[in-house]
Amino acid sequence: MELKALTYLIVGATFVLYIAIAVLSRAESTGEFYIAGKTVSPLANGMATAADWMSAASFISMAGLIAFSGYDASVYLMGWTGGYVLLALFIAPYLRKFGKFTVPEFIGERYYSKTAKIVAVLCLIFVSFTYVAGQMRGVGIVFSRFLEVDVSVGLLIGMSVVFVYAVLGGMKGITYTQVAQYCVLIFAYTVPAIFIALQVTGNPVPQLAFGGNINGTDISLLGKLDELVTSLGFNQYTTGLKSKVDIFCITLALMVGTAGLPHVIVRFFTVPTVKDARTSAGFALLFIAILYTTAPAVGSMARYNLINTVQHGEVGSPQGNLLYADRPDWMVRWQKTGLVEFEDMNNDGRIQFYNDKNPDYENQASKFGWSGNELKVDRDIMVLANPEIAGLPNWVIALVAAGGIAAALSTAAGLLLVISSSISHDIVKGIFFPRISEKKELLAGRIAAAIAIVIAGYLGFDPPGWVAEVVAFAFGLAAASLFPAIFLGIFYKRINKFGAIAGMLTGLFFTYGYIEYFKGLFLKVIGSPWGENLPANWLFGISPEGIGVIGMFLNFMVAIAVSYVTAKPPQSIADLVDNIRAPRSR
Amino acid sequence: MSTNKQKKYWQKNLKILFRCMLVWFFASYGTGIIFVDQLNNIKIGGFKLGFWFAQQGSIFIFVCLIFYYAWSMNKIEKEFDLNEKDFS
Repeated sequence: MELKALTYLIVGATFVLYIAIAVLSRAESTGEFYIAGKTVSPLANGMATAADWMSAASFISMAGLIAFSGYDASVYLMGWTGGYVLLALFIAPYLRKFGKFTVPEFIGERYYSKTAKIVAVLCLIFVSFTYVAGQMRGVGIVFSRFLEVDVSVGLLIGMSVVFVYAVLGGMKGITYTQVAQYCVLIFAYTVPAIFIALQVTGNPVPQLAFGGNINGTDISLLGKLDELVTSLGFNQYTTGLKSKVDIFCITLALMVGTAGLPHVIVRFFTVPTVKDARTSAGFALLFIAILYTTAPAVGSMARYNLINTVQHGEVGSPQGNLLYADRPDWMVRWQKTGLVEFEDMNNDGRIQFYNDKNPDYENQASKFGWSGNELKVDRDIMVLANPEIAGLPNWVIALVAAGGIAAALSTAAGLLLVISSSISHDIVKGIFFPRISEKKELLAGRIAAAIAIVIAGYLGFDPPGWVAEVVAFAFGLAAASLFPAIFLGIFYKRINKFGAIAGMLTGLFFTYGYIEYFKGLFLKVIGSPWGENLPANWLFGISPEGIGVIGMFLNFMVAIAVSYVTAKPPQSIADLVDNIRAPRSR
Repeated sequence: MSTNKQKKYWQKNLKILFRCMLVWFFASYGTGIIFVDQLNNIKIGGFKLGFWFAQQGSIFIFVCLIFYYAWSMNKIEKEFDLNEKDFS
């Protein structure tokens, strides 16, 4: 069957599946709408968490990022997995014991303050919308390439599907859809990886192939890759360019951010017991690790394949580079989307792909008669184009499209749910109409979800930066605002409302300000970014992606200092904390 | 009210947490970032060891660590009779 028809078929079939699940698991009460009635098994919740959390960034962008930056991309691998350790050890069991519906609800009660709750809602909405913008762009990319529709049409289709199952099913619908989406996405990710691993190294297990030898030789893949990329003026694959301090901070910001992301935390409210919350976090990370240990293997092989295709002969020899006219089909197809670009700068009809930003390499390049890098490959397409680059059958390509959509939709739905429950439960019920009936609250939740979807779709049309980068900021913001407030709330009885509020605001504004200053986020209309985003200008050499760590420390310090100069929290709060700490209350 | 038993349970929990955090820190920041260059001199198969920890090893260790924590907590909860399953 033709690729396009096949893609429509597979993507369409998964959509039918998601909607069928949503109809079967409609939410009938607020408890079901917000936290699936606390009846999800730890294993199912682990899968749902993995799908919820592995976003378009993990599925589409991460392997591409690794492919192009090698060791430096380790920050994402360690950061987005190590955070689960923090989540399982410091957050999930206690908030599950607390046993309510939302994260701001915990902050509101622990800090006995509506203001604290509103600040938490503010942080949550801020973080979640930043994150959701990235998802929507992911949906757009997949649709525009595989279904050959306009990005805006693709977004509309994606939004409608999420609309149906998030608004109808609430958390219950989302949970079981996410279980299905996990299966789709992990299958779609690993199948091409296995094929490619076999082709490149002869070993079908990507994690082992990663350290294996290139098929038919006794040269290791990584060794060969290091040699290839350096011969083209790029930085060595297995070592990095980023400074140690920056790598350290970005990793920490991503880890702490993961543990502070409301849509991830809320997933652990859905299991029956505290014990289940811990086990479930283990399952979640296990399911995530399947993709996360495959991604670096895919990344290295994608880079190897790409370079080998373009530079099929000796570097610098006249016939060493691929003739433009002979370029493979996948290049032709991706050129249409504008995500692969070619410009014949030296008019030799061949493709030169090298690092023309490296001053030490310039001499050599001009000796070869090269006048600049001629091929631009958007890193976001690496995973999507990978099966085509490796020449895999059409059904695999169609499957990858379905997997990318599953990853983006599952995360978007999870985020939209925390946004809407925070609005209907924390704001509408918690602040304005405390005596609202359950039916009306449920309706409010559905309306909020609908509005959030429309805003998210709008943000998807013009998100700042490429997918993974946008998402990385959401983590920095979560690390600097929500995590310290939750952590201190559980582990430090002395923290009072003034400390928590001051800390959250300090962390949020400091981190947001730094990112806006160097990158420009929401204030592009009035002229941000104001500073040049260069290591020399950064505070302590920390990039905007890693600055959440400083925001977090400021949050901790301000929260503790302010708490000590103001009144102790009341006894009822000390009792609440004791209650949260013990899995079984007396 | 926090009872004596709960206090002891909490102390034990904090001890386990501390141990786990040491492993967590060492497995990622230690091997994958701080000492990555030294470890890269050691090669296992086609991997430089530091690079392997940063892109594979740390993740495997994290998974084991969470299951270890869950297991230890189940054990001490039984010991202190704070196990919720028996209760409900």
